Amino acid sequence: MTENIEKEILIKSGGLKKSFGKIEVLKGLDIEWKAGDKIALIGQNGAGKTTLIRCILGQYVFEGSLNVLSMNPRKQRVEILKDVGFVPQIPPPLKITVKEMISFFSELSGVKKEKFTDIANSLGLDIKGSMSKPFVALSGGMKQKLLVSFALGREPKILLMDEPSANLDPAAREIFFKYLSGYNKEALLILSSHRTEEIKDLVNRVVEMDFGRIVLDKYL
Amino acid sequence: MGNKDFTSILKLDLNQSIRTKGFWIYSLLFGGFVAYMFVSGITESQIIGFVGLGRLLVTFMQVCMVIIPIYVLITVVRSIVGDKENNVMEYMLSLPISFSSFYWGKFFSKFIVIYTPLLFSLILAIVWGEIINLDIPWEFFWLYSALLAAMVFCFLGIGMFISVYTHSQELAVSSAFIIWLILVAFLDLLLMGMMLKLRMNPDVVIGIGMLNPLQVFRVGVLVLFDPKLTTMGPAAYYILDTVSRTTFIIFSIVYPILLGYLFALFGVRRFKRKDIL
Repeated sequence: MTENIEKEILIKSGGLKKSFGKIEVLKGLDIEWKAGDKIALIGQNGAGKTTLIRCILGQYVFEGSLNVLSMNPRKQRVEILKDVGFVPQIPPPLKITVKEMISFFSELSGVKKEKFTDIANSLGLDIKGSMSKPFVALSGGMKQKLLVSFALGREPKILLMDEPSANLDPAAREIFFKYLSGYNKEALLILSSHRTEEIKDLVNRVVEMDFGRIVLDKYL
Repeated sequence: MGNKDFTSILKLDLNQSIRTKGFWIYSLLFGGFVAYMFVSGITESQIIGFVGLGRLLVTFMQVCMVIIPIYVLITVVRSIVGDKENNVMEYMLSLPISFSSFYWGKFFSKFIVIYTPLLFSLILAIVWGEIINLDIPWEFFWLYSALLAAMVFCFLGIGMFISVYTHSQELAVSSAFIIWLILVAFLDLLLMGMMLKLRMNPDVVIGIGMLNPLQVFRVGVLVLFDPKLTTMGPAAYYILDTVSRTTFIIFSIVYPILLGYLFALFGVRRFKRKDIL
């Protein structure tokens, strides 16, 4: 734990709560996640992992305090998200082609298209052969590789991944983890996963949630 | 709202929309309808004073009045709530795109996608009319282009509002259908019923009629003709007998746009302030 004490805190919360009607899903979380932390966010379904991620992304209103990159994710959402990369568990069923999607991301982020295609190629995606295909028509693994490329290509300070390897075959998973392990050492990586065995070599901190509370938080 | 993220979403949503079969069916339906009316010789027939290209355009607008509001509502109410349900929103709004840009980008994309085929159908009618040497009623063309834009804008605003406030596509579509039914019911038939049964002041009844964007559109379509009770229905006849044509033309364009904008504004306010998923 000592090695991370001097590092910049990128996500901090105090008494973070989130309720849906009468159901309290996050029950007062206190978080201090720092640059260089590679976190395995684990827990059963309904533990509150996705809700926490959505709070960080500014998609939910919440009670208590939450600062991401020292900003409020609801009030300065766009500023924060310029430095956040996110890979969802379920890819969106977009009908646009891969080519149009790459242009969209390039236009939005100011990152050259080649950067995204290079990463996608290195993850084993035949990007040239996929350009004219609608994103929704790609296989689960191909979609995931492309979304990972978009997240990594923007070189975010915070990388949030919700079950990112769920759709990858073993070979692609290996390449993906190798790629992630070499990713910016100063970035905060949060991997929400059920497959703890798989990601244990990739992370240096484990945070376990259960029924809206953090029940385990330790550096490895 | 940033320009870059607004245009990115606008382009993305346009690209998404033109890839749907529904868009092409819709476009072909209206273009085909204009072509069919020419082929069937509607411009040569004369019914209750309407003749030539003017007759064709009035018929086209009457078909639009039946189809467009419900089409706009059913298409648009699913946009925001549909994006929520199928994980598009979770992903798109994890990107540096403001809520306003996302909302208005989708709004204007839908406007372009719905309005452009209608405008092209009107242009097709004019071009075809020129080719077969018909007199071109330009004042009809300009008025109808504006009326269609206003109506699409109005129902788009209402649709986006419903889409933000509902939690499932089924509920959104049902709500849209009920609203459309109420608006249809408050055309002449129910208005006259109220006037006769409840012995209400005609001005109040007509005032209610003027709040109904469908009624406003209906009267707007006929405003360039001589008001005749048999063709317009009692409410439209009374309205045009009460206010001047110019006043009504301005009202029939401005009011639906304002109404649509107001609904859209309430929609975006909620969208920005509440959970988006």
